[in-house]
Amino acid sequence: MTEHIHTSPEDEHESAYSGLLVNDAHWAFGTDFEDPLAGVDTTIPDGVDAATLATYALMLGDDSLVMSHRISEWTSNAPDLEDDIALSNIALDLLGQARLLLARAAKADESIVPRLPEGSPAPPEDALAFFREAHQLRNVRLAELVNGDFAEATVRVLLFSVWRLALFERLRESRDHVLAAVAAKGVKELAYHRDYAARWFVTLAHGTDESRRRLLTAYDALWPLWPELFDTHPVEAAAAEAGVGVDPATVREAAEGVLDQVLAAADIERSEAPRRSGVLGRTGRDGMHGEPLSRMLAEMQSVARAHPMGQW
Amino acid sequence: MTLAEAPSETPSEQALEAHFEATIARNDRIEPRDWMPEGYRRTLVRQIAQHAHSEIIGMQPEGNWITRAPSLRRKAILLAKVQDEAGHGLYLYSAAETLGVSRTELIELLISGRQKYSSIFNYPTLSYADVGTIGWLVDGAAICNQVPLCRTSYGPYGRAMIRVCKEESFHQRQGYELLMTMMRGTDEQRAMVQESVDRFWWPALMMFGPPDADSPNTAQSMAWGIKRNTNDELRQKFVDMSVPQAEALGVTLPDPELRWNEERGQHDFGQPDWEEFMQGVKGNGPCNAQRMAHRRRAHEDGAWVREAATAYAAKQRGASA
Repeated sequence: MTEHIHTSPEDEHESAYSGLLVNDAHWAFGTDFEDPLAGVDTTIPDGVDAATLATYALMLGDDSLVMSHRISEWTSNAPDLEDDIALSNIALDLLGQARLLLARAAKADESIVPRLPEGSPAPPEDALAFFREAHQLRNVRLAELVNGDFAEATVRVLLFSVWRLALFERLRESRDHVLAAVAAKGVKELAYHRDYAARWFVTLAHGTDESRRRLLTAYDALWPLWPELFDTHPVEAAAAEAGVGVDPATVREAAEGVLDQVLAAADIERSEAPRRSGVLGRTGRDGMHGEPLSRMLAEMQSVARAHPMGQW
Repeated sequence: MTLAEAPSETPSEQALEAHFEATIARNDRIEPRDWMPEGYRRTLVRQIAQHAHSEIIGMQPEGNWITRAPSLRRKAILLAKVQDEAGHGLYLYSAAETLGVSRTELIELLISGRQKYSSIFNYPTLSYADVGTIGWLVDGAAICNQVPLCRTSYGPYGRAMIRVCKEESFHQRQGYELLMTMMRGTDEQRAMVQESVDRFWWPALMMFGPPDADSPNTAQSMAWGIKRNTNDELRQKFVDMSVPQAEALGVTLPDPELRWNEERGQHDFGQPDWEEFMQGVKGNGPCNAQRMAHRRRAHEDGAWVREAATAYAAKQRGASA
């Protein structure tokens, strides 16, 4: 005789919907606003300028906020279920990084947080995300581009994560406890994002003529924004000088070393496309963006702005 | 006892059927290698596939609000939820694959309109409150439908459902919690919640399917242990469970006939518009065309990627051979 393998009627699953009004411990996640920095030492390290630290955190936070948003637009649109799940995952990781970094920025220097009507319950991370104009965002321009095809997503995630991983590996040594903790966690996430994108990069390169053609098109279209990732903004220079940030110029060699390995495996030459210039010398880090960012923000911020006194 | 343990000579069809019936009668599970009647297999494939399709199409109405979520925390919760739905789709397609049909074939059936998905997803999401209402009422109704399926006679389906139900119940709580939070907010937010509940209450009741008298497949599905309760039983259970939750939330359910019946120990309630339900089933609901076009476009846009992956895998095999 075999055992009865079905679950009994008294099984817990039978009552899965009966506990809705019970506030038990299993319901801890996802209820009430939790301060993302709860329990973390947020004191500003000695000799560090608060405004510099805040703006630096904002730059890294905006990169992930905007990139996460673009990747989240892939949800329900990916080529296969596995990729839908993977891309949502990447968007979620970056969103998590954005929350911590925006919260860190606000905590370091409250004056950077937009003023909302008296009594608004919006936490600082949301005030920063939903109540700033495009020119106040400090993200690199690579993050904000309108989505293209899956090859474009692959190349964009690859370039972004190779660069950010190189930065975060060094940022783990930050004198700021929050930035060091964000980087330590982020390194694991970004390594996955990079590997996911690199696998697809090689697959598309060697798949069909069509996939190789699309990959090369995307690569040539995005490469002009790669050099901007390694420009040193005065705030980044000051943050690096103070021991809380990383000068992106100093990780270029490491990042390109990694990228070259992926390109070699894909049998693709380093692109010759020239870098994209800015406006009067200003680019993403200066708050100078392309046209689509304000449109993206108009959508992203629409509900929050319609209800500045709202509870979410 | 499985077939492998049965006497070694090839058993007759009759003996196999008797063995199958006995397994069902003992409330034991049928497993992929066990003999099963063709009708049982067909019904299961249809039901599991329809369920998987519903998860995939169901990503759209809520996905509609990911890019407009009003706080970063809500955005994370919503993204994770829609991602869970993709995951449910994955393991339900896998359960269907144990019955000898591939995910690719099933997706073709969905795209070509030959297999259905739950009509609830043909209703539009028109405000952020809908994200909460879908969690509370739509996931709630889905749970009522699905909890008994954890005990369904087909093993892989039942086991998939245990996991699905746990996650759905989590989603339901998150949806309810969003509505609770909004009700503590501004007058506009409270009005938004009520308006959303007004729109989704009746469609949620439709999720249990037509009244028993008009549900031709129910009897056979119950006899085979695929289905465990009738449509009307589950609908009643859902109404009884939702009333106190609506009270705690502070919203009014839009049914003038809804009242407690002391004698039955259950609520009396009105009937949804079954003509509108039938229009949705026939493809004429408010968002049928949009949902199908979205899925078809995403599928077609991804074709070159799937072809590239297949070609690359073949080259790898060739290289290692």
